[in-house]
Amino acid sequence: MFSNKYIFTYASVMVILVAAILSSASMLLKPYQEANVKAEKIQGILASANVTTDREQAQNTYEKHIVEELAVDSAGNVVSRYRNDSLVEGQVRPFNIDIKEALLRNQAVKSGESSELPLWPIFVVDKDGERFYIVPVRGVGLWGPIWGNIAFESDFNTIAGATFDHKGETPGLGAEINTSWFEDEFKGKTIFDQQGKFVSVNVVKGGAGDNAQHAVDAISGGTITSNGVRDMLLSGLDNYVPYIKKNINNE
Amino acid sequence: MNNRESLFSAKNRRLLTTPLGKENPITIQVLGICSALAVTVKLEPAFVMTISVIAVLAVGNMIISLLRRTIAPRIRIIVQLVVIASLVILVDQVLKAFVYDVSKQLSVFVGLIITNCIIMGRFEAFAMSNKPWPSFLDGVGNATGYGIILIIVAFFRELLGSGSVWGYQIAPQFLYDWGYKDNGLMILPPGALIVIGIIIWVQRSRDKELIEEN
Repeated sequence: MFSNKYIFTYASVMVILVAAILSSASMLLKPYQEANVKAEKIQGILASANVTTDREQAQNTYEKHIVEELAVDSAGNVVSRYRNDSLVEGQVRPFNIDIKEALLRNQAVKSGESSELPLWPIFVVDKDGERFYIVPVRGVGLWGPIWGNIAFESDFNTIAGATFDHKGETPGLGAEINTSWFEDEFKGKTIFDQQGKFVSVNVVKGGAGDNAQHAVDAISGGTITSNGVRDMLLSGLDNYVPYIKKNINNE
Repeated sequence: MNNRESLFSAKNRRLLTTPLGKENPITIQVLGICSALAVTVKLEPAFVMTISVIAVLAVGNMIISLLRRTIAPRIRIIVQLVVIASLVILVDQVLKAFVYDVSKQLSVFVGLIITNCIIMGRFEAFAMSNKPWPSFLDGVGNATGYGIILIIVAFFRELLGSGSVWGYQIAPQFLYDWGYKDNGLMILPPGALIVIGIIIWVQRSRDKELIEEN
Protein backbone atom coordinates (compact mmCIF):
# COMPACT_ATOMS: atom_id res chain seq x y z
CA MET A 1 0.00 0.00 0.00
CA PHE A 2 1.05 3.53 -0.64
CA SER A 3 0.63 6.03 2.18
CA ASN A 4 -1.01 9.41 1.66
CA LYS A 5 2.31 11.03 2.40
CA TYR A 6 3.93 9.02 -0.38
CA ILE A 7 1.20 9.98 -2.83
CA PHE A 8 1.47 13.69 -2.04
CA THR A 9 5.25 13.66 -2.25
CA TYR A 10 5.17 11.67 -5.47
CA ALA A 11 2.67 14.02 -7.08
CA SER A 12 4.53 17.16 -5.99
CA VAL A 13 7.91 15.92 -7.16
CA MET A 14 6.42 14.80 -10.46
CA VAL A 15 4.73 18.11 -11.12
CA ILE A 16 7.81 20.17 -10.24
CA LEU A 17 10.01 17.95 -12.38
CA VAL A 18 7.69 18.15 -15.36
CA ALA A 19 7.32 21.91 -14.98
CA ALA A 20 11.11 22.28 -14.96
CA ILE A 21 11.54 20.11 -18.05
CA LEU A 22 8.82 21.87 -19.99
CA SER A 23 9.85 25.40 -19.12
CA SER A 24 13.49 24.77 -19.94
CA ALA A 25 12.49 23.19 -23.25
CA SER A 26 10.35 26.21 -23.95
CA MET A 27 13.16 28.64 -23.08
CA LEU A 28 15.72 26.77 -25.14
CA LEU A 29 13.49 26.58 -28.20
CA LYS A 30 12.05 30.08 -27.96
CA PRO A 31 14.70 31.87 -30.08
CA TYR A 32 14.19 29.37 -32.91
CA GLN A 33 10.45 29.69 -32.73
CA GLU A 34 10.55 33.49 -32.67
CA ALA A 35 12.91 33.61 -35.65
CA ASN A 36 10.46 31.37 -37.50
CA VAL A 37 7.56 33.63 -36.63
CA LYS A 38 9.36 36.80 -37.74
CA ALA A 39 10.56 35.24 -40.99
CA GLU A 40 7.05 34.02 -41.59
CA LYS A 41 5.62 37.50 -41.10
CA ILE A 42 8.06 38.84 -43.68
CA GLN A 43 7.27 35.98 -46.03
CA GLY A 44 3.55 36.71 -45.71
CA ILE A 45 4.01 40.41 -46.47
CA LEU A 46 6.21 39.73 -49.48
CA ALA A 47 4.14 36.80 -50.77
CA SER A 48 1.05 38.96 -51.05
CA ALA A 49 2.98 41.08 -53.58
CA ASN A 50 4.10 37.90 -55.34
CA VAL A 51 7.65 38.01 -54.04
CA THR A 52 8.53 34.52 -52.88
CA THR A 53 11.42 33.92 -50.53
CA ASP A 54 12.53 31.12 -48.27
CA ARG A 55 12.83 31.48 -44.54
CA GLU A 56 16.60 31.95 -44.46
CA GLN A 57 16.60 34.69 -47.09
CA ALA A 58 13.49 36.46 -45.80
CA GLN A 59 15.30 39.37 -44.11
CA ASN A 60 17.53 40.17 -47.11
CA THR A 61 14.71 39.96 -49.65
CA TYR A 62 12.61 42.20 -47.45
CA GLU A 63 15.29 44.89 -47.27
CA LYS A 64 15.68 44.75 -51.03
CA HIS A 65 12.02 45.29 -51.84
CA ILE A 66 10.67 47.44 -49.04
CA VAL A 67 10.40 51.16 -49.84
CA GLU A 68 9.01 52.30 -46.53
CA GLU A 69 6.82 51.26 -43.66
CA LEU A 70 4.03 53.58 -42.60
CA ALA A 71 1.80 53.71 -39.58
CA VAL A 72 -1.46 55.60 -40.03
CA ASP A 73 -4.10 56.51 -37.47
CA SER A 74 -7.84 56.03 -37.88
CA ALA A 75 -8.20 59.54 -39.27
CA GLY A 76 -5.80 58.77 -42.08
CA ASN A 77 -2.77 60.72 -40.88
CA VAL A 78 0.70 59.23 -41.18
CA VAL A 79 2.09 58.95 -37.67
CA SER A 80 5.24 56.89 -38.20
CA ARG A 81 7.50 56.41 -41.14
CA TYR A 82 10.34 53.91 -41.28
CA ARG A 83 12.74 54.04 -44.18
CA ASN A 84 16.24 52.67 -44.87
CA ASP A 85 16.57 51.01 -41.48
CA SER A 86 15.63 54.07 -39.46
CA LEU A 87 12.58 55.84 -38.13
CA VAL A 88 12.21 59.15 -39.91
CA GLU A 89 8.93 60.05 -38.24
CA GLY A 90 7.07 58.99 -35.13
CA GLN A 91 8.04 56.60 -32.34
CA VAL A 92 7.06 53.07 -33.33
CA ARG A 93 8.42 50.99 -36.13
CA PRO A 94 5.33 50.01 -38.15
CA PHE A 95 6.66 46.45 -38.59
CA ASN A 96 6.41 45.90 -34.84
CA ILE A 97 2.79 47.00 -34.56
CA ASP A 98 0.74 44.11 -33.27
CA ILE A 99 -2.51 44.05 -35.21
CA LYS A 100 -4.18 42.13 -32.42
CA GLU A 101 -3.42 44.93 -29.98
CA ALA A 102 -4.46 47.57 -32.47
CA LEU A 103 -7.84 45.85 -32.96
CA LEU A 104 -8.37 45.59 -29.19
CA ARG A 105 -7.47 49.23 -28.77
CA ASN A 106 -9.83 50.15 -31.58
CA GLN A 107 -12.63 48.39 -29.77
CA ALA A 108 -11.78 50.11 -26.51
CA VAL A 109 -11.86 53.49 -28.23
CA LYS A 110 -15.22 52.75 -29.83
CA SER A 111 -16.78 51.72 -26.54
CA GLY A 112 -15.30 54.78 -24.87
CA GLU A 113 -13.03 52.88 -22.48
CA SER A 114 -9.83 54.31 -23.85
CA SER A 115 -8.73 57.34 -25.78
CA GLU A 116 -5.43 55.96 -27.01
CA LEU A 117 -5.88 55.66 -30.74
CA PRO A 118 -4.61 52.55 -32.54
CA LEU A 119 -2.10 52.71 -35.38
CA TRP A 120 -2.37 50.72 -38.58
CA PRO A 121 0.73 49.64 -40.51
CA ILE A 122 1.16 49.88 -44.27
CA PHE A 123 4.11 48.31 -46.06
CA VAL A 124 5.12 49.98 -49.30
CA VAL A 125 6.90 47.50 -51.52
CA ASP A 126 8.57 48.03 -54.86
CA LYS A 127 8.75 45.10 -57.22
CA ASP A 128 10.42 45.72 -60.58
CA GLY A 129 9.27 49.34 -60.58
CA GLU A 130 5.73 48.51 -59.58
CA ARG A 131 4.47 49.88 -56.30
CA PHE A 132 2.36 47.85 -53.92
CA TYR A 133 0.66 48.86 -50.69
CA ILE A 134 0.42 45.95 -48.33
CA VAL A 135 -1.81 45.92 -45.29
CA PRO A 136 -2.05 43.19 -42.68
CA VAL A 137 -5.45 42.04 -41.43
CA ARG A 138 -6.51 39.83 -38.55
CA GLY A 139 -9.74 38.16 -37.52
CA VAL A 140 -11.28 35.02 -36.11
CA GLY A 141 -11.93 31.70 -37.81
CA LEU A 142 -13.63 28.65 -36.39
CA TRP A 143 -10.99 27.45 -33.92
CA GLY A 144 -8.79 30.45 -33.47
CA PRO A 145 -7.26 33.52 -35.05
CA ILE A 146 -6.82 33.94 -38.79
CA TRP A 147 -4.75 36.67 -40.40
CA GLY A 148 -3.44 37.76 -43.73
CA ASN A 149 -1.77 40.38 -45.89
CA ILE A 150 -3.51 42.15 -48.73
CA ALA A 151 -1.39 43.78 -51.44
CA PHE A 152 -2.98 46.62 -53.38
CA GLU A 153 -1.85 48.11 -56.65
CA SER A 154 -0.84 51.76 -56.69
CA ASP A 155 -4.51 52.84 -56.78
CA PHE A 156 -5.02 51.25 -53.33
CA ASN A 157 -8.24 49.75 -54.68
CA THR A 158 -7.36 46.80 -56.89
CA ILE A 159 -6.04 43.77 -55.00
CA ALA A 160 -2.76 42.55 -56.47
CA GLY A 161 -2.51 39.54 -54.21
CA ALA A 162 -3.56 38.19 -50.86
CA THR A 163 -2.14 35.69 -48.44
CA PHE A 164 -3.94 34.21 -45.49
CA ASP A 165 -2.92 32.07 -42.60
CA HIS A 166 -4.46 30.60 -39.50
CA LYS A 167 -3.62 29.20 -36.10
CA GLY A 168 -5.64 26.02 -36.19
CA GLU A 169 -8.38 25.80 -38.78
CA THR A 170 -9.47 22.29 -39.81
CA PRO A 171 -7.04 20.75 -42.33
CA GLY A 172 -8.74 20.30 -45.69
CA LEU A 173 -11.60 22.62 -44.74
CA GLY A 174 -11.01 25.99 -43.12
CA ALA A 175 -7.26 25.53 -43.46
CA GLU A 176 -7.71 25.87 -47.22
CA ILE A 177 -7.63 29.66 -46.80
CA ASN A 178 -3.87 29.55 -47.11
CA THR A 179 -3.83 27.56 -50.34
CA SER A 180 -3.25 29.24 -53.66
CA TRP A 181 -6.67 28.51 -55.17
CA PHE A 182 -8.37 30.53 -52.46
CA GLU A 183 -5.79 33.31 -52.29
CA ASP A 184 -5.63 33.71 -56.08
CA GLU A 185 -9.35 34.38 -56.20
CA PHE A 186 -8.71 37.80 -54.69
CA LYS A 187 -6.44 39.02 -57.47
CA GLY A 188 -8.03 41.81 -59.48
CA LYS A 189 -10.94 42.33 -57.10
CA THR A 190 -11.62 45.89 -55.95
CA ILE A 191 -12.65 47.17 -52.54
CA PHE A 192 -14.37 50.40 -53.68
CA ASP A 193 -17.44 50.44 -55.90
CA GLN A 194 -18.00 52.74 -58.90
CA GLN A 195 -19.09 55.59 -56.63
CA GLY A 196 -15.95 55.27 -54.52
CA LYS A 197 -17.80 53.76 -51.58
CA PHE A 198 -15.92 51.17 -49.51
CA VAL A 199 -17.54 47.75 -50.00
CA SER A 200 -14.66 45.35 -49.20
CA VAL A 201 -14.57 41.88 -50.78
CA ASN A 202 -17.28 39.42 -49.84
CA VAL A 203 -16.69 35.67 -49.45
CA VAL A 204 -19.80 34.02 -50.83
CA LYS A 205 -21.05 30.53 -49.99
CA GLY A 206 -22.19 28.70 -53.09
CA GLY A 207 -20.03 30.73 -55.45
CA ALA A 208 -19.58 34.40 -56.24
CA GLY A 209 -20.25 34.14 -59.98
CA ASP A 210 -17.76 34.86 -62.72
CA ASN A 211 -18.18 38.60 -63.00
CA ALA A 212 -18.26 39.53 -59.36
CA GLN A 213 -15.99 42.49 -58.76
CA HIS A 214 -16.27 42.55 -54.99
CA ALA A 215 -16.72 38.86 -54.11
CA VAL A 216 -14.97 35.48 -54.18
CA ASP A 217 -16.09 31.86 -53.69
CA ALA A 218 -16.17 30.51 -50.14
CA ILE A 219 -14.71 27.13 -49.12
CA SER A 220 -17.05 24.12 -49.11
CA GLY A 221 -17.20 22.76 -45.58
CA GLY A 222 -15.36 25.81 -44.26
CA THR A 223 -18.24 28.24 -43.93
CA ILE A 224 -17.31 29.71 -40.57
CA THR A 225 -13.71 30.26 -41.61
CA SER A 226 -14.91 31.80 -44.88
CA ASN A 227 -17.19 34.15 -42.97
CA GLY A 228 -14.24 34.95 -40.74
CA VAL A 229 -12.23 36.03 -43.78
CA ARG A 230 -15.13 38.19 -44.96
CA ASP A 231 -15.50 39.93 -41.59
CA MET A 232 -11.75 40.31 -41.21
CA LEU A 233 -11.49 42.10 -44.57
CA LEU A 234 -14.50 44.29 -43.95
CA SER A 235 -13.46 45.48 -40.50
CA GLY A 236 -9.71 45.42 -41.15
CA LEU A 237 -9.58 47.32 -44.41
CA ASP A 238 -12.12 49.82 -43.12
CA ASN A 239 -9.42 51.29 -40.88
CA TYR A 240 -7.40 52.30 -43.93
CA VAL A 241 -10.23 53.99 -45.80
CA PRO A 242 -9.54 57.47 -44.36
CA TYR A 243 -5.87 57.20 -45.34
CA ILE A 244 -6.77 56.05 -48.85
CA LYS A 245 -9.34 58.82 -49.31
CA LYS A 246 -6.90 61.42 -48.05
CA ASN A 247 -3.71 60.39 -49.76
CA ILE A 248 -4.54 58.44 -52.84
CA ASN A 249 -6.76 59.88 -55.46
CA ASN A 250 -9.30 57.20 -55.62
CA GLU A 251 -12.28 58.78 -57.30
CA MET B 1 18.46 -22.14 -18.16
CA ASN B 2 18.36 -19.00 -20.20
CA ASN B 3 15.75 -16.62 -18.90
CA ARG B 4 16.60 -13.70 -21.16
CA GLU B 5 14.22 -13.32 -23.99
CA SER B 6 15.69 -12.10 -27.25
CA LEU B 7 14.65 -8.60 -28.22
CA PHE B 8 12.51 -9.79 -31.09
CA SER B 9 11.24 -13.10 -29.79
CA ALA B 10 8.03 -14.50 -31.26
CA LYS B 11 6.09 -13.07 -28.32
CA ASN B 12 7.57 -9.63 -28.79
CA ARG B 13 6.97 -9.73 -32.52
CA ARG B 14 3.33 -10.49 -31.87
CA LEU B 15 3.09 -7.31 -29.78
CA LEU B 16 4.03 -5.41 -32.90
CA THR B 17 1.83 -7.25 -35.38
CA THR B 18 -1.49 -8.09 -33.70
CA PRO B 19 -2.54 -4.43 -33.36
CA LEU B 20 -2.20 -4.11 -37.12
CA GLY B 21 -4.95 -6.67 -37.73
CA LYS B 22 -6.77 -8.77 -35.13
CA GLU B 23 -6.52 -6.21 -32.35
CA ASN B 24 -6.53 -3.04 -34.37
CA PRO B 25 -7.29 -0.11 -32.08
CA ILE B 26 -9.63 1.57 -34.56
CA THR B 27 -11.44 -1.18 -36.42
CA ILE B 28 -11.69 -3.77 -33.62
CA GLN B 29 -11.48 -1.82 -30.38
CA VAL B 30 -13.10 1.28 -31.93
CA LEU B 31 -10.82 3.69 -30.07
CA GLY B 32 -9.39 6.93 -31.39
CA ILE B 33 -12.28 7.43 -33.80
CA CYS B 34 -12.44 11.17 -33.14
CA SER B 35 -9.00 11.92 -34.51
CA ALA B 36 -9.57 9.43 -37.32
CA LEU B 37 -12.39 11.69 -38.45
CA ALA B 38 -10.52 14.92 -37.98
CA VAL B 39 -7.12 14.50 -39.62
CA THR B 40 -8.00 12.26 -42.55
CA VAL B 41 -9.27 14.81 -45.06
CA LYS B 42 -5.80 14.90 -46.62
CA LEU B 43 -3.05 12.30 -46.67
CA GLU B 44 -0.18 14.48 -45.47
CA PRO B 45 -1.55 15.54 -42.07
CA ALA B 46 -2.69 11.94 -41.50
CA PHE B 47 0.87 10.77 -42.09
CA VAL B 48 2.48 13.31 -39.77
CA MET B 49 -0.17 12.57 -37.16
CA THR B 50 0.75 8.87 -37.41
CA ILE B 51 4.42 9.63 -36.81
CA SER B 52 3.61 11.88 -33.84
CA VAL B 53 1.34 9.30 -32.24
CA ILE B 54 3.96 6.58 -32.71
CA ALA B 55 6.53 8.79 -30.95
CA VAL B 56 4.23 9.73 -28.07
CA LEU B 57 2.78 6.26 -27.52
CA ALA B 58 6.09 4.37 -27.73
CA VAL B 59 8.00 6.73 -25.43
CA GLY B 60 5.03 7.20 -23.11
CA ASN B 61 4.49 3.47 -22.77
CA MET B 62 8.16 3.06 -21.91
CA ILE B 63 8.13 5.82 -19.28
CA ILE B 64 4.98 4.47 -17.63
CA SER B 65 6.44 0.97 -17.67
CA LEU B 66 9.65 2.21 -15.98
CA LEU B 67 7.62 4.01 -13.33
CA ARG B 68 4.99 1.30 -12.93
CA ARG B 69 6.16 0.04 -9.54
CA THR B 70 6.29 3.54 -8.05
CA ILE B 71 2.87 4.72 -9.22
CA ALA B 72 0.21 4.58 -6.51
CA PRO B 73 -2.96 3.08 -7.99
CA ARG B 74 -5.07 5.91 -6.64
CA ILE B 75 -3.29 8.56 -8.72
CA ARG B 76 -2.30 6.44 -11.69
CA ILE B 77 -4.63 8.17 -14.16
CA ILE B 78 -3.24 11.56 -13.17
CA VAL B 79 0.31 10.32 -13.58
CA GLN B 80 -0.54 8.89 -16.99
CA LEU B 81 -2.14 12.14 -18.06
CA VAL B 82 0.87 14.17 -16.94
CA VAL B 83 3.18 11.92 -18.93
CA ILE B 84 1.05 12.17 -22.08
CA ALA B 85 0.55 15.91 -21.79
CA SER B 86 4.25 16.64 -21.25
CA LEU B 87 5.29 14.46 -24.17
CA VAL B 88 2.76 16.08 -26.46
CA ILE B 89 3.84 19.58 -25.44
CA LEU B 90 7.48 18.62 -26.06
CA VAL B 91 6.66 17.22 -29.50
CA ASP B 92 4.70 20.37 -30.32
CA GLN B 93 7.52 22.68 -29.19
CA VAL B 94 10.17 20.76 -31.13
CA LEU B 95 8.02 20.74 -34.28
CA LYS B 96 7.49 24.50 -33.94
CA ALA B 97 11.19 25.21 -33.60
CA PHE B 98 12.62 22.92 -36.25
CA VAL B 99 9.91 21.86 -38.70
CA TYR B 100 7.74 24.92 -38.56
CA ASP B 101 5.75 24.12 -41.69
CA VAL B 102 4.78 20.64 -40.54
CA SER B 103 3.72 21.98 -37.16
CA LYS B 104 1.48 24.50 -38.88
CA GLN B 105 -0.03 21.74 -40.99
CA LEU B 106 -1.04 19.80 -37.91
CA SER B 107 -1.92 22.81 -35.80
CA VAL B 108 -4.42 21.83 -33.11
CA PHE B 109 -4.23 18.12 -33.74
CA VAL B 110 -0.85 17.69 -32.08
CA GLY B 111 -2.46 19.02 -28.93
CA LEU B 112 -5.38 16.68 -29.43
CA ILE B 113 -3.08 13.65 -29.19
CA ILE B 114 -3.53 14.16 -25.44
CA THR B 115 -7.17 13.16 -25.73
CA ASN B 116 -6.51 10.13 -27.93
CA CYS B 117 -8.04 7.26 -25.97
CA ILE B 118 -5.68 4.71 -27.53
CA ILE B 119 -2.77 6.20 -25.58
CA MET B 120 -4.50 6.13 -22.19
CA GLY B 121 -5.82 2.68 -23.08
CA ARG B 122 -2.37 1.23 -23.75
CA PHE B 123 -0.81 2.87 -20.66
CA GLU B 124 -3.53 1.38 -18.50
CA ALA B 125 -3.87 -2.02 -20.18
CA PHE B 126 -0.27 -2.81 -21.02
CA ALA B 127 2.46 -0.50 -19.74
CA MET B 128 1.25 -0.58 -16.12
CA SER B 129 1.93 -4.32 -15.94
CA ASN B 130 4.74 -5.03 -18.41
CA LYS B 131 8.47 -4.42 -18.82
CA PRO B 132 9.76 -1.38 -20.71
CA TRP B 133 10.86 -3.11 -23.92
CA PRO B 134 7.62 -5.03 -24.57
CA SER B 135 5.77 -1.82 -23.66
CA PHE B 136 7.77 0.08 -26.24
CA LEU B 137 6.93 -2.52 -28.89
CA ASP B 138 3.30 -2.53 -27.86
CA GLY B 139 3.27 1.27 -28.24
CA VAL B 140 4.82 1.17 -31.69
CA GLY B 141 2.47 -1.62 -32.75
CA ASN B 142 -0.71 0.04 -31.59
CA ALA B 143 0.21 3.45 -32.93
CA THR B 144 1.07 1.87 -36.28
CA GLY B 145 -2.22 -0.04 -36.33
CA TYR B 146 -3.96 3.28 -35.70
CA GLY B 147 -1.86 5.03 -38.33
CA ILE B 148 -2.46 2.46 -41.04
CA ILE B 149 -6.22 2.95 -40.80
CA LEU B 150 -5.70 6.73 -40.74
CA ILE B 151 -3.65 6.59 -43.91
CA ILE B 152 -6.08 4.27 -45.74
CA VAL B 153 -9.01 6.48 -44.80
CA ALA B 154 -7.14 9.66 -45.74
CA PHE B 155 -6.16 8.16 -49.10
CA PHE B 156 -9.77 7.46 -50.09
CA ARG B 157 -11.13 10.69 -48.63
CA GLU B 158 -8.58 12.83 -50.43
CA LEU B 159 -8.96 10.90 -53.69
CA LEU B 160 -12.75 11.00 -53.74
CA GLY B 161 -13.23 14.29 -51.93
CA SER B 162 -10.57 16.45 -53.60
CA GLY B 163 -9.49 14.37 -56.59
CA SER B 164 -5.89 14.40 -55.38
CA VAL B 165 -3.37 12.25 -53.51
CA TRP B 166 -0.78 13.88 -51.21
CA GLY B 167 -1.79 17.23 -52.69
CA TYR B 168 -1.17 16.19 -56.30
CA GLN B 169 -4.13 16.33 -58.62
CA ILE B 170 -5.02 12.80 -59.79
CA ALA B 171 -8.47 13.16 -61.34
CA PRO B 172 -7.77 14.57 -64.82
CA GLN B 173 -9.36 17.81 -65.98
CA PHE B 174 -11.40 16.17 -68.78
CA LEU B 175 -13.36 14.19 -66.18
CA TYR B 176 -14.48 17.47 -64.65
CA ASP B 177 -15.28 18.81 -68.11
CA TRP B 178 -17.56 15.81 -68.63
CA GLY B 179 -19.42 16.66 -65.47
CA TYR B 180 -17.55 14.65 -62.81
CA LYS B 181 -17.71 16.30 -59.40
CA ASP B 182 -15.60 15.72 -56.29
CA ASN B 183 -17.68 14.08 -53.60
CA GLY B 184 -18.31 16.80 -51.03
CA LEU B 185 -19.48 14.26 -48.44
CA MET B 186 -15.99 12.76 -48.31
CA ILE B 187 -14.55 16.05 -47.05
CA LEU B 188 -16.99 16.12 -44.14
CA PRO B 189 -16.66 13.90 -41.04
CA PRO B 190 -19.40 11.43 -42.15
CA GLY B 191 -17.16 10.54 -45.10
CA ALA B 192 -14.60 9.15 -42.66
CA LEU B 193 -17.21 7.09 -40.82
CA ILE B 194 -18.37 5.55 -44.09
CA VAL B 195 -14.82 4.63 -45.11
CA ILE B 196 -14.03 3.21 -41.63
CA GLY B 197 -17.30 1.24 -41.76
CA ILE B 198 -16.31 -0.28 -45.10
CA ILE B 199 -12.85 -1.18 -43.74
CA ILE B 200 -14.42 -2.93 -40.72
CA TRP B 201 -16.82 -4.79 -43.02
CA VAL B 202 -14.01 -5.96 -45.32
CA GLN B 203 -11.83 -7.00 -42.36
CA ARG B 204 -14.64 -9.02 -40.71
CA SER B 205 -15.72 -10.76 -43.85
CA ARG B 206 -12.14 -11.90 -44.42
CA ASP B 207 -11.51 -13.00 -40.83
CA LYS B 208 -14.42 -15.09 -39.53
CA GLU B 209 -12.95 -15.22 -36.01
CA LEU B 210 -13.87 -11.57 -35.52
CA ILE B 211 -17.58 -12.13 -36.01
CA GLU B 212 -19.47 -12.26 -32.72
CA GLU B 213 -21.97 -15.08 -32.24
CA ASN B 214 -25.47 -14.11 -31.35
